[in-house]
Amino acid sequence: MSDLWGGLTQAIWLLVTLDADLVEISLRSLQVTLTALLIASAFALPFAAFLVVRRFRMRRMTIAVLNALMGLPPVVVGLVVYVFLSRSGPFGVFGLLFTPSAMIIAQVIIIVPLIASIAHQSLRELWGDYHDLLISMNTTQFQRIQALLWDGRRALLTAALAGFGRAIGEVGAIMIVGGNIDHATRVLTTAIALETGKGDFALALALGFVLIALAVTVNLLIHRLSHTESEGRW
Amino acid sequence: MQMFPLEARQAIVRRKGKVLAGPIDLTLQGQGVTIVIGPNGAGKTSLLKMLHGIARLHSGSLEWACPTVEARKRQSFVFQRPVMMRRSVVENIAYPLRLIGVAKAEARQRAQEWAVQVGLGHALKQQATLLSGGEQQKLALARALIRDPAVLFLDEPCASLDGRATREIEEILIRAAANGTRLIMSTHNMGQAQRLADEVIFVLHGKIQEFAPADQFFTGPETKQGRAFLRGDIVE
Amino acid sequence: MKRTLIGAIAALSLTTASFAEEMKMAVTTSFHNSGLSDVLLPAIQKDLGLEVQLLVVGTGQAIRLGEAGDVDAILVHSKAAEEAFLAGGYGTHRREIMYNDFVLIGPMEDTAGVSAAVDAKEALQSVATAEAVFVSRGDDSGTHKKELSLWASAELHAEAFGDWYTSVGAGMGAALNTASGMNAYIMADRASWLNFGNKGSLALLFAGDPVLFNQYAYIPVNPEIHAHVKSDLAEELETWLVSDRAKALIDGYKINGETLFVFNAVQQ
Repeated sequence: MSDLWGGLTQAIWLLVTLDADLVEISLRSLQVTLTALLIASAFALPFAAFLVVRRFRMRRMTIAVLNALMGLPPVVVGLVVYVFLSRSGPFGVFGLLFTPSAMIIAQVIIIVPLIASIAHQSLRELWGDYHDLLISMNTTQFQRIQALLWDGRRALLTAALAGFGRAIGEVGAIMIVGGNIDHATRVLTTAIALETGKGDFALALALGFVLIALAVTVNLLIHRLSHTESEGRW
Repeated sequence: MQMFPLEARQAIVRRKGKVLAGPIDLTLQGQGVTIVIGPNGAGKTSLLKMLHGIARLHSGSLEWACPTVEARKRQSFVFQRPVMMRRSVVENIAYPLRLIGVAKAEARQRAQEWAVQVGLGHALKQQATLLSGGEQQKLALARALIRDPAVLFLDEPCASLDGRATREIEEILIRAAANGTRLIMSTHNMGQAQRLADEVIFVLHGKIQEFAPADQFFTGPETKQGRAFLRGDIVE
Repeated sequence: MKRTLIGAIAALSLTTASFAEEMKMAVTTSFHNSGLSDVLLPAIQKDLGLEVQLLVVGTGQAIRLGEAGDVDAILVHSKAAEEAFLAGGYGTHRREIMYNDFVLIGPMEDTAGVSAAVDAKEALQSVATAEAVFVSRGDDSGTHKKELSLWASAELHAEAFGDWYTSVGAGMGAALNTASGMNAYIMADRASWLNFGNKGSLALLFAGDPVLFNQYAYIPVNPEIHAHVKSDLAEELETWLVSDRAKALIDGYKINGETLFVFNAVQQ
């Protein structure tokens, strides 16, 4: 209990004084996760729309695999990315291991199935509504995907935010591929793991509270942005 | 370009092994208003979708006087339950123009004009999904007419509307027909059929029972079922 | 909205741009948890303009990182593993830098009577005799290997121990947390113990036997195997690590008034 209380007061203190290390690792957390989110969404959302409008033989299979991959264990993703990026691995020449890029790659792999799967669920509903109309209007496959992505943007935002939540709170994979290097690849979650290892529970908790606050803030901010947009001029 | 006549030969639409419409043999010429009537479940919707080309033919053929690709570009379809895209009224109406590459500003301008024509001038920026049933159907009409189609299919467009909305929609349809748009429309409102029809197709069990000029059908149907239907009897 | 997001990300990316020279070094948890790295790294940065990025792992993993060429040098403390590393041609040479010592930690009441032992061998034997709960790192780290070798020299076989011997497969901090939670015996390096914040009812019970000394050695990764390693930076760092400046910092590093490391590099 004293740890909890100490963590809370320490969190407030760190925030109020804008502790330099805290700001740095928080920004890095945001940078890594938002970049990963952007890249993942760029893949996952059109792919989800494609799965909805296009009938092909392996479609059901693909969707089932996608849903299963939602539960991809981050540690395994981290390990696989590690092996690929290691100097003695196939992509070793790029020297990406233990850099923020490696963390972004791991996070993208973790959240693409999640975002695609959630987006697919909601777009399928929308496609149910639109199907007859868009077929009747003689739309191309591409135009259908466009219409679904645009008109389904609210639901897609929810999918993206789910991806954000999973990525920002993830520790297993980025610990392995990032290495938790101070001033280079240390982010909130790996810092929490480190402080826990040192037995400094109060600081670990403080960082945890900051992490939660950050996630909530980003969610609120994005919802606010999307809201004002929908009420703006057409 | 000459689209008509439209010829259906032994055309059949099936779904899950069940015949929804057909075999259909039909030749439609290029003028006037064709009304499709028949009891619920007779296959009116399937027939319209078959003619429009959005229901895949199981067998038989459907041929326009021009290549099908060209014909598809010049027809629109208004559904019984209008499909509202989750956008504003203007964006909904402009959408078919945007699809064929009309610039945003021009598409929007023309959509506004159409919105005003169908009586939606007050709701341009409103979300389409929030419109009343009658307003939604007017929007669907404007959206279907904005590309100035040669053929307009309508599947019971007034099925759930009140008298006033029905009259407003009929006025729009009459105007469109007067401008040379070929209308092919199903209804089970006999009054509406009599007000609008130049020719009548009577459908039962997925097959065309009668196809005749309107005055001929309404004064003396050739089939027993046609007479029973006109009397208001239940036809099975 | 998209533009705002992209702008924000661009702004964030700028904050990480860095122009200093940098190299990666794998070090053991015990070295990092001691807090010594927080003293040495800024000094290195200041003296050499070199940013040393630390990968804090167990000795086993540090050696794997060196073998794979994912780091430029390693600083570890497990002589047998280091010599195997050199024999495999992965490192250029081994340079001893400093040592610290291991200590035995256990519950204050010391049910096994470890504190009365005359040497490390007897201390471990008393734990085994009492079958008092003992937490082992179990992660193939230098500390773990040292612990196993101590059991062996006490003529005991760790793999034959009963349930009281708890192998956690974790780093020093996590293992200490476990020991604290179970009120168990554990072997730790002195630095990690002093810096550990969650001591609970644990206490230092035994220390001082020379067999508990823990030699740290620095090994640059061999550029003949991994052409991309920054061997010139690794050499610069080595020169600094054996300098008088490093000697003063290492010998002068204290926690609660206790000296933790003893500089013992052979200087030219």
